[in-house]
Amino acid sequence: MSDAAVSEPSHVALSGVVRQYEGPPAVHALGPIDLTIPRGEFFSVVGPSGCGKSTLLDVLCGLARPTSGSVKFEGSELHGEVPDGIGVVFQEDASMPWLSVRQNVAFGLRTSGLPEKEVAERVDHAVSFMGLAQFSDHYPAQLSGGMRQRVCIARTLVLRPRLILLDEPFGALDQQTRLLMGDELLRLWRETGATVLLITHALDEAAMLSDRVGVMSARPGRFIDMVETGWPRDRDSRVVSNPEFGTVTARLWSSLREESLKTMGRAA
Amino acid sequence: MTRRRAVLLVRIAVLAGLTATLEICCRTGLIDPLIVIPPSEMVASMIDRVGSGELDESIVNTFSTIALAFVLAIGCGTLAGALVHRSSRLRDVVDPLLASYYSVPTFIFYPLLVALLGLGKAPLVVLGVLSGAPAVMISTLSGLDSVSPVLLKLARVHRLSPARTLWWIVLPAALPRLFSGFKLALSYALIGVIAGEFILSGTGLGFAISFAYQSFDNRAMYGLMLFVLLIAVTANGILYVWEGRLARRRSTG
Repeated sequence: MSDAAVSEPSHVALSGVVRQYEGPPAVHALGPIDLTIPRGEFFSVVGPSGCGKSTLLDVLCGLARPTSGSVKFEGSELHGEVPDGIGVVFQEDASMPWLSVRQNVAFGLRTSGLPEKEVAERVDHAVSFMGLAQFSDHYPAQLSGGMRQRVCIARTLVLRPRLILLDEPFGALDQQTRLLMGDELLRLWRETGATVLLITHALDEAAMLSDRVGVMSARPGRFIDMVETGWPRDRDSRVVSNPEFGTVTARLWSSLREESLKTMGRAA
Repeated sequence: MTRRRAVLLVRIAVLAGLTATLEICCRTGLIDPLIVIPPSEMVASMIDRVGSGELDESIVNTFSTIALAFVLAIGCGTLAGALVHRSSRLRDVVDPLLASYYSVPTFIFYPLLVALLGLGKAPLVVLGVLSGAPAVMISTLSGLDSVSPVLLKLARVHRLSPARTLWWIVLPAALPRLFSGFKLALSYALIGVIAGEFILSGTGLGFAISFAYQSFDNRAMYGLMLFVLLIAVTANGILYVWEGRLARRRSTG
């Protein structure tokens, strides 16, 4: 890990990224954004609603092309296609209701061309890692929202992504489940050594999980603040009782408050 | 499970009760046997007719026509639905037409079809397709609408080709709605073909029923009617069970 970090300082690099939607009326959704994320970092993005967080994610994984600027993943530029090594977990329930949990997880490897045995091993591992072993023959409709989101994370995990992008993955879950899912996400991050980029609207979630949090402005979204949390790598949701946690959350909120007011004013 | 079984039992009991009542009414002369024959006689007549072999050709004819109309209705309906789904402008034009389609009695075009296509299988197939395809088209549109956008995004994240996206994501996601269209298409194809044979045809079960009716052969008429009814119920039952099996996975429990 440390060798890679030396030879390749940035895992993901955005420079001068702007995203505009053609009109009429044309919408300037994002940027310009310059951002580098070192390999293995847990980076979160918070911002007022409608600030282009999801657009940032689309651009980052190659689902959308930036109008200008460049996105580099592991040194090579993205060209409108999701490259190997990036896994994405969406906010919406993206489990497939016609497949069992196991089949859902295995879906990630359907085009991989890996031998059956290896597929089975990876699926078994991901299913039990996400605590779904007992439910592997269940169908999504028989599971709770949190469990379905775990299925989606497991489906990403089997691909052994080096960069995991999560777009408000716990947005639809209740607070307790979110805290526990946060712990699981931290465990996953530690054990896979992957770089994680989490988009969230929950300041406490960002403060609790991340090494670094980027605060975005109202549309067009830009980074207006970067906050280093300084948590140790083997942290869990109990950092919420750390006095520093309050300081971090307070700083995030003071950066964000004005921007949130802007969007409220715009909406009114 | 026990509730489902109980419902099934009651349903069977209701049907059996109605049949028994009819039987009693006919046997006691409450209903003139010249108008309706007792159900037991209908069954006996059906077994006679179908067992005699004289109807073999009609049966093959009718059901091959229905099968052809059904398959074509599914093919045309799905394809047309998929095409319309691609263009929102076309959709705006077509939607109200589809919604009002079933207020048009398609049968009135049957004489025209016969004039155009002759008295063979062709006008019957066209009638069956005309009855069934729009239902499939409607269900295809609503099925494609029901595919969640996040699953299409997922397909892009997994770099699936358009064919694989269709086969692995769009079709299974839309299947429950598609299926309800298929069920309707089967019923409509059956109704269209048999009714067509009834009106203007020289072959098939519909014609056989109409012929028996016109020659005052009540026994034959009721036997044949029962046969058609049984086949229709069985065919629909098979689709129903199949659909239920697909749906059970997707629901809780």
